[in-house]
Amino acid sequence: MSEFFGPNEWFVSRPLAELGIFALGILLLDYWFRRWRPGLTPLLALLGIGFAAIPTRQIQLAVRQAPLQAFDGALRVDNFAVYFWFLFLAAAGVAVLTSYRFLEIEEEPQGEYYALLLFSVIGMFVLAAADELIVAFLGLEVMSLALYVLVGYLRRDRRSNEAALKYLLLGAFSSAILAYGMSLLYGLSGSTRFEEVAAALARQSTAQPLVFLGVAALTVGLLFKLAAAPFHQWAPDAYQGAPTALVGFMSVGVKAAAFALLLRLFQTALPAQRPGWAPMLAGVALATMTLGNFGALLQNNTKRLLAYSSIAHAGYMLLGFVAGNQTGRYGVLVYLLVYTFMELGAFTVLVSLRRRGIVGDRVDDLNGLMHKAPGSAIMMLLFLLSLAGVPPLAGFYGKYFIFLALIQTQHFALAVAAVLYVALSLYYYVRLVAAMFTGTATESAPLSYSAGLRLALGALVALTVLVGVFPEPMLRMAHNALIGW
Amino acid sequence: MIPLSYYLILSAILFCLGVAGFIIKTDVITVFISIELMLNGVNLSFVAFSHFLRDIGGNIFVFFVMVVAAAEAAVGLAIIIAVYRNRTTLNVDKMNLLKL
Repeated sequence: MSEFFGPNEWFVSRPLAELGIFALGILLLDYWFRRWRPGLTPLLALLGIGFAAIPTRQIQLAVRQAPLQAFDGALRVDNFAVYFWFLFLAAAGVAVLTSYRFLEIEEEPQGEYYALLLFSVIGMFVLAAADELIVAFLGLEVMSLALYVLVGYLRRDRRSNEAALKYLLLGAFSSAILAYGMSLLYGLSGSTRFEEVAAALARQSTAQPLVFLGVAALTVGLLFKLAAAPFHQWAPDAYQGAPTALVGFMSVGVKAAAFALLLRLFQTALPAQRPGWAPMLAGVALATMTLGNFGALLQNNTKRLLAYSSIAHAGYMLLGFVAGNQTGRYGVLVYLLVYTFMELGAFTVLVSLRRRGIVGDRVDDLNGLMHKAPGSAIMMLLFLLSLAGVPPLAGFYGKYFIFLALIQTQHFALAVAAVLYVALSLYYYVRLVAAMFTGTATESAPLSYSAGLRLALGALVALTVLVGVFPEPMLRMAHNALIGW
Repeated sequence: MIPLSYYLILSAILFCLGVAGFIIKTDVITVFISIELMLNGVNLSFVAFSHFLRDIGGNIFVFFVMVVAAAEAAVGLAIIIAVYRNRTTLNVDKMNLLKL
């Protein structure tokens, strides 16, 4: 074993350290300057995200040829991890831009919010690069613990309390299941390193009950975080109660982080288990699409509706994992990237509907948006069509590669089911569109636009359209992320 | 010497009791303690494996599980207090504001 904190370790921990320093700095400066400068903390958070992006870019250039191992193999930073790191930073940036005005309206303090946001990004970073069970578990917990608090951030709102409680109880429950699976895998292999787990499991039969139980517990724990059926019940409740400005980040970041770990686990730690598990995960994916899509049909609350639709999206992404070939993995990466833009975009429009005295999260609140704020209505239309997978927009490419992978691997029935569900999903997206364009407004209060929200919305709508029209750069990014896999 | 399987069976029993408590109980605090029981089952299995495999990794994992459990308790109790302040009940069945 070489020295523990060598040059590799310094290099790899720089983005993590910078996020951490900024998070702690926000807590301190908020305590000192809250009365004079309440707008200081979101600026600091943006600065922190920007500062973390610089070393991330340097790491990206460094790992292009060969991955970096750090901390005696506990972290493995490769193209795949860096791809996710940028995704988390982008999602966090949008969350910060949209949160300032929202928290002002909710009359909640600004400081801790951004610090917790950065802490959860650190957890996601660790999760995407973990190459060892202990580090994966810790990354998952750092991410989740910060998010439990953020979901309950609106302390005086009973819905937010309740959402935090449900999220916490089910999240802690799923972490315990995950840890039990890890303990069994550790016992079977005598090591917590992914590669050694793989080597040990390759010598044992898949049918052995302890192997089965270990992999099952680990997978169930991750499926909880993904909000895949039958472990999806927490998602609509948590999304409905959580601060709207946070929900987009939650649904994008947690999903991406959990998928990063799931892909890496089955790629490096459990490759021998994959064939046995693909049929079961196909069942999970099918159930997830079914419950997500049918659940969304019945909702009257926009946040809940989008929560169910995000469950359905997790189902489509799982299909890419079920296909299991390179196109499938590629499809999952592309899907996660385009999903980031369109999901955050849709939630950003919802954030602007929250005004003083108006909660703005029912479908009826979208009524007549076209007359009141045509720009917002058209952007929302683009995000919703993209979520539905309509061709000239970004969302199409995610679904395209997933379905392509299914057909390449002869999963015709699954492909047909998925296409039918995509058609079904049009119904509830169009329902929102119809409310915006044909309904009559119940109030005439102007939408709450801040400079940050405008910037975020402009960037997201530009990406959703541009990536749809010129997909090449994005597809190349996803392609590069899989070099070495 | 007590064989490994005894420890594993005990840890599975602890874990299952935790799961049962999580599902059956209606009081938030009891539900929370059930989760701690599950984590203790996990810890026991890690320690037993670690001892029998003569590998230190499992013991280290136990430390981190304990740290995480403590952090979860801190966050969890804070959330429970916030809930109690707003509605003066800790019965899980009455947490029903969020639905359709």
